[in-house]
Amino acid sequence: MAAAPRGSAWRAVLRTPLGATAGALLLAVLVLAVAAPLLWSGRAGALDTAHILQGPSAAHWVGTDNLGRDIFYRVLVATRLSVELALGATAIGVVTGLLLGTAPVLFGARVGRLVGAAVNIAVAFPGLLLALFFAVIFGVGRTGALLAIGLAVAPGFARLTQTLTARVSGLDFVAAARIAGVGRPRLLVRHVLPNIGEPLVVNATIAAGNSLLAFAGLSFLGLGVQAPDYDWGRLLGEGLNSIYIHPTAALAPGVAVIVAGLAFNLLGESIAKAIGPGAGRPAGRPPRAAAAPGTATVADDATLLAVESLRVSFPGPVTPVRGVSFTMRHGEGVGIVGESGSGKSLTALALAQLVQEPGVVHAERLEFLGTDLTAGTGRAQRRLLGTSLAVVFQDPMTSFNPTMRVGRQLAEVAREHQGMGRRQSLARAVDRLRAVRVPAARRRAGQFPHEFSGGMRQRAMIGMGLMGTPALIIADEPTTALDVTVQRQVLRLLADIRAADQVALLLISHDITVVRQVCDRVLVMYAGRIVEELSTDDLQAGARHPYTRALLAAVPDMATDRDRPLAVIPGRPPDPARPAPGCAFAPRCRFADEQCTHAEPPLALDSAGRLVACWHTDRVAADPADERAGSDQRAASDERRAAAGRPAADEQEVSVGELP
Amino acid sequence: MSELRFEDVTVRFGHRRHALTAVDRVDLTVPDGSVVGLVGESGSGKSTLARTAVGLNRVSGGRVLLDGRPLRPVRGGERRPLQLVFQDPYSSLDPRMTVGSTVAEAVPRGVRGVSRRGEVARLLELVDLPADLVDRYPAELSGGQRQRVALARALAGRPEVLIADEITSALDVSIQGTVLNLVSDLHRRLNLSMLFISHNLAVVRYVSDYIAVMYLGRIVEFGATDELLADPQHPYTRELLAAAPQPGAAALGPEEEDAAPRAVSDAEPADPHRPPTGCRFHPRCPVGPLVLADREVCRTDEPAAALHRHGAACHFAAPAARPQPVA
Repeated sequence: MAAAPRGSAWRAVLRTPLGATAGALLLAVLVLAVAAPLLWSGRAGALDTAHILQGPSAAHWVGTDNLGRDIFYRVLVATRLSVELALGATAIGVVTGLLLGTAPVLFGARVGRLVGAAVNIAVAFPGLLLALFFAVIFGVGRTGALLAIGLAVAPGFARLTQTLTARVSGLDFVAAARIAGVGRPRLLVRHVLPNIGEPLVVNATIAAGNSLLAFAGLSFLGLGVQAPDYDWGRLLGEGLNSIYIHPTAALAPGVAVIVAGLAFNLLGESIAKAIGPGAGRPAGRPPRAAAAPGTATVADDATLLAVESLRVSFPGPVTPVRGVSFTMRHGEGVGIVGESGSGKSLTALALAQLVQEPGVVHAERLEFLGTDLTAGTGRAQRRLLGTSLAVVFQDPMTSFNPTMRVGRQLAEVAREHQGMGRRQSLARAVDRLRAVRVPAARRRAGQFPHEFSGGMRQRAMIGMGLMGTPALIIADEPTTALDVTVQRQVLRLLADIRAADQVALLLISHDITVVRQVCDRVLVMYAGRIVEELSTDDLQAGARHPYTRALLAAVPDMATDRDRPLAVIPGRPPDPARPAPGCAFAPRCRFADEQCTHAEPPLALDSAGRLVACWHTDRVAADPADERAGSDQRAASDERRAAAGRPAADEQEVSVGELP
Repeated sequence: MSELRFEDVTVRFGHRRHALTAVDRVDLTVPDGSVVGLVGESGSGKSTLARTAVGLNRVSGGRVLLDGRPLRPVRGGERRPLQLVFQDPYSSLDPRMTVGSTVAEAVPRGVRGVSRRGEVARLLELVDLPADLVDRYPAELSGGQRQRVALARALAGRPEVLIADEITSALDVSIQGTVLNLVSDLHRRLNLSMLFISHNLAVVRYVSDYIAVMYLGRIVEFGATDELLADPQHPYTRELLAAAPQPGAAALGPEEEDAAPRAVSDAEPADPHRPPTGCRFHPRCPVGPLVLADREVCRTDEPAAALHRHGAACHFAAPAARPQPVA
């Protein structure tokens, strides 16, 4: 998304109302700057001693100055000089800033540090003071002011460039280019500048607006443009002398300064908005949720969570979760497995009512502890979720507030939802940290999140979930960011909590081996649907869906034959923005036939009494299940891809090696 | 011949009191034409070692040798005998450059014009990517495809030794397999020596001839893959093995079955800024001083690796059958 549609990103700026206005305004100013002196410099310079210092009239729209010259035309003609000087100063500032800011890339770290220190000192000076200082050095006049403002812009720009450059230079692709022997100048031009260009353009545009104002200021003070030349600042100064006689003489250049300054700044703002984070999200209404196939769920006393036809959609329309139905009983451990993009995390978020705008959650039934969650998020629901549901995320660093002590953050939950006092809630927090086996819990409660290691932070996160009396813990990839040995500790902790307090666990992971360790039941998700539901014990031998089998075979374990290629799943998951009819796995499946590409199989009980969404469970079951024999599998899937008439390059993850 | 050898390599960051020794006197050899797997937890110094080899970090002590010669900085026009593939294919490709220009940039300068384009096509074919990807941008590619482009870029320098730093850990399991197959295939076809870094022992086992285990900046055990896995000497290696996915393994066993008693199983990873005295693993060791009272030696003395089988840095590892060659 970053590179190819770059041109369209700039066009998108002009498509917003603000951008269009600013663009038109700026264009008008620029046209005026070019054309006005050619057309009207005669009229602007014409002396009319008979009409000195007159107010607005039909002949002189905004009056005349002390030599009887028409102020309106003088303002128009002054556009060129004003804009020229502003752009000139900006150019000086930007170029100097770029040179200083990119010094670390060009000349190495040591020079970079020196330049950085100098820039830091320069940034600390107020811009106008710097300009006045330079004006004294370079002498009063146009050149002096130009250099002064230009150099006053430079430090800020240098600092910005430095920061952006440092960020990009730290990325792996720059390191890769260095390993490849790319020289420093080329590194700067090819890799660094294109990736920091956009914010720099925004700032340069805004800097142009600001130097326009600064120039007007200096000229107004008499430090800028000197007679007989004139710019807006100078006209403003002259007009001010007679402001009590006729104010329009001062107002006209003032308006011009404001309009031109606004044009630059608004354009900068709208560019920033268009290319900034969150830009380019297509607008549009989410589709009406249609009734989706799913298994009927029967609730009884033991039911903790009942989900029926859960859908999550985003404007586009994209529906990453397309009708998920399942139930969980008290104390049960259920795992959801799937690749990234399968909708497993969104399912978890939807259950916890954490899907953010513009996402829309729709479910025919979503009941937790007998309470209907589809009704909305009132106070009662929030309270229920706050005390009975715990959510553990993948990255515990971002789920803690970095500026608050861990103990206080845990205590806050108890104060919010259980109305505990300060002392009591803190004691509970320490107790809970102890429960999740954080060593020296009392001392650790007084520490900040960054003082915790990854595993400890994840424990504290689980401890936060235990502040209430949760009936369900939803853990979304809780161990993915952790080392294998630590991963084991956290999984064991979750298993212990489950066993001790009859807490149900919904564990979401891309790693089937993780799920297998702590869950009773596994839901396999593919392309937004559950494609198979089976007990953990059946996983190895009883899987009926081709995707489940492929997933199991694709993960090397400690007994995998090292001399044979690993089993692979050819192709890649479908794009949720472009749903195709039929089974979503069909293009990658070696069992797929005509039926699969036309009709989507429902999640239903097969002949052996297993919940599978596949038309060919019998054939799959009868298969010798030698998943590691990669070649015939690949050939079969390629044949089918050809049969389905899909472009191979588009679908394929791996290609040359697999083409027949 | 292309043998990569780390000789007593130390890498230190920062100054005096804030100094961090990320890699501490590491001796490691990647023999010609073989794959050495390097396992260890995050913060153990695996990636630092890799980046040091290709010159992204400065060596504070010791040397990195390629075929017995110290590595020197390369200029644009030369073959680059040592290449690194990064972990994250989302940050290792310039989002503003097409696949073709990314790969072409790494082609040594001797190749020009038409033949340069041919070379890019050859490289893409080598990593099983269709030739029409040349004009695409990284944003249009899947994670697996990106990692292939990164591999093609590394191969452009005609390397003799390839360092792969966690190249599959950012990928989905279904794609991980294709990349691993490609890696072993390339190793065979191009006779590359490889240092394959991963935290996943099962993955390392699959591709490597030798395995080196790293803990807190030190290599604590080194041996031929089958031998080391069958007879691990260092308790940390055993812990890694216990955590690795076993075929058909079901639920976590009861606590007692676990190798590590509670006294050390909840211990935090050591702080590399203040490494423990004596044996660096002792605060977490299930057979160390926290569990067995008579093993005070672990607190006070550093274990001598050369005396033990697999060069294990543990006082209580089995003795080397014959004098252990320096790993």
